[in-house]
Amino acid sequence: MTCSRRSFLKDAVGGTLVSSLPLSAFVFLTTEEAEAAIAEAKVRWAFLVDTTTCTGCGLCVKACKTENEIPYDAPVTRTWVERYVVTKDGQTHIDSPLGGRDGFIDDKIRDEEIDPDDIDKAFFVPKLCNQCDNPACVQVCPVGATYQTHDGVVLIDRNWCIGCGYCIMACPYGVRFFHPTAKVADKCNFCYHRISKGMQPACVECCSFGARRIANLEDPDDPVTKIIRTERVAVLKDEYGTKPHVFYIGLDEAVR
Amino acid sequence: MKWHVLRPLWVAIAIVGSILVARVFLVPDDFGINGRNFTYGFHRLSNIQEWKDFQVKYRGREYCVDCHEEKVQSLNASPHQPVECENCHGAAVNHPDDPAMLPIERSREHCLRCHAQLNYPHSARDQVPGINNRMHMRRRECADCHNPHNPAETQQ
Repeated sequence: MTCSRRSFLKDAVGGTLVSSLPLSAFVFLTTEEAEAAIAEAKVRWAFLVDTTTCTGCGLCVKACKTENEIPYDAPVTRTWVERYVVTKDGQTHIDSPLGGRDGFIDDKIRDEEIDPDDIDKAFFVPKLCNQCDNPACVQVCPVGATYQTHDGVVLIDRNWCIGCGYCIMACPYGVRFFHPTAKVADKCNFCYHRISKGMQPACVECCSFGARRIANLEDPDDPVTKIIRTERVAVLKDEYGTKPHVFYIGLDEAVR
Repeated sequence: MKWHVLRPLWVAIAIVGSILVARVFLVPDDFGINGRNFTYGFHRLSNIQEWKDFQVKYRGREYCVDCHEEKVQSLNASPHQPVECENCHGAAVNHPDDPAMLPIERSREHCLRCHAQLNYPHSARDQVPGINNRMHMRRRECADCHNPHNPAETQQ
């Protein structure tokens, strides 16, 4: 048998190419499947919070707890509202009693009366899961119970979570908690059952001041996406490199 | 090699083998990266549908308007237009089947969520008409005088 150098090289390269072709390359999609796959890829959920219009009524927190079956009186919540009062002496007073569930109906912060003349500024900051592009909470999960969907939302598999709590410690924003009755880690998922049906998250629907809005970043015609793209918005703890997708209008330096 | 050296090896192989066999039965078929990566996309695929099937409780005023058109119209025409029905009436869920009756939140604390005047200059609360909770009609409920569906109209 003779084998020229040329034919040997040809066969070697060809054989390598054929053997490296995965079987999945031969899967043919129907038109519907292909369209569905493209449509699915065209969603990236994001959130816009306007801290300049939030009045601290806490109705978002109440709605969230009801909608997502979080025990109402347990000291855990998927979203919460923080109150910031910056005084003239440079101090920042922060509180969020019960996550702001019952609103802020008193001037007192942590039972401390602050003279209105000493206040430089005061505002309310709603917080929720940032659905990061690089979610630290997902990386640390030892069992694959938490993951990022194709549309950017980080979900928790309640049947698969072992409740080890690594993710609760890993999240730089402190949005995760241990669910007291489901006995698993839990957090905001932008009301995934609502947004996947074309509805708005419960907190967005219940906000009377337009301080909370949901956006699809892949849709250039989405009015909220336009705001995120064209106006001055900030994210929390950018320095962690998690690429958070909750954008804030009017975010103050005092907010942590 | 001598038998006593090989024996622990067989034990180790048996343990690993039994774990691999157990894995086949315990790990669901749809568990994997499902077209994504091991860092962020290692999951059970059917869990996405489980979350999509979670029950919706807040139905929005489009749901209320089917039966309570008059109430929704009057609310929409009032300064309380941005306030959702379910903010005061509770989540509709499957009302009127379940629950048959919805609670009505008439408490002073509920109105104060927005209408308590806080002495915070430049806060968004400043833009909302508010009362001083310690001075204004201490022992009365707001709804005694103010109509929540149309706060512009006030009876004494």
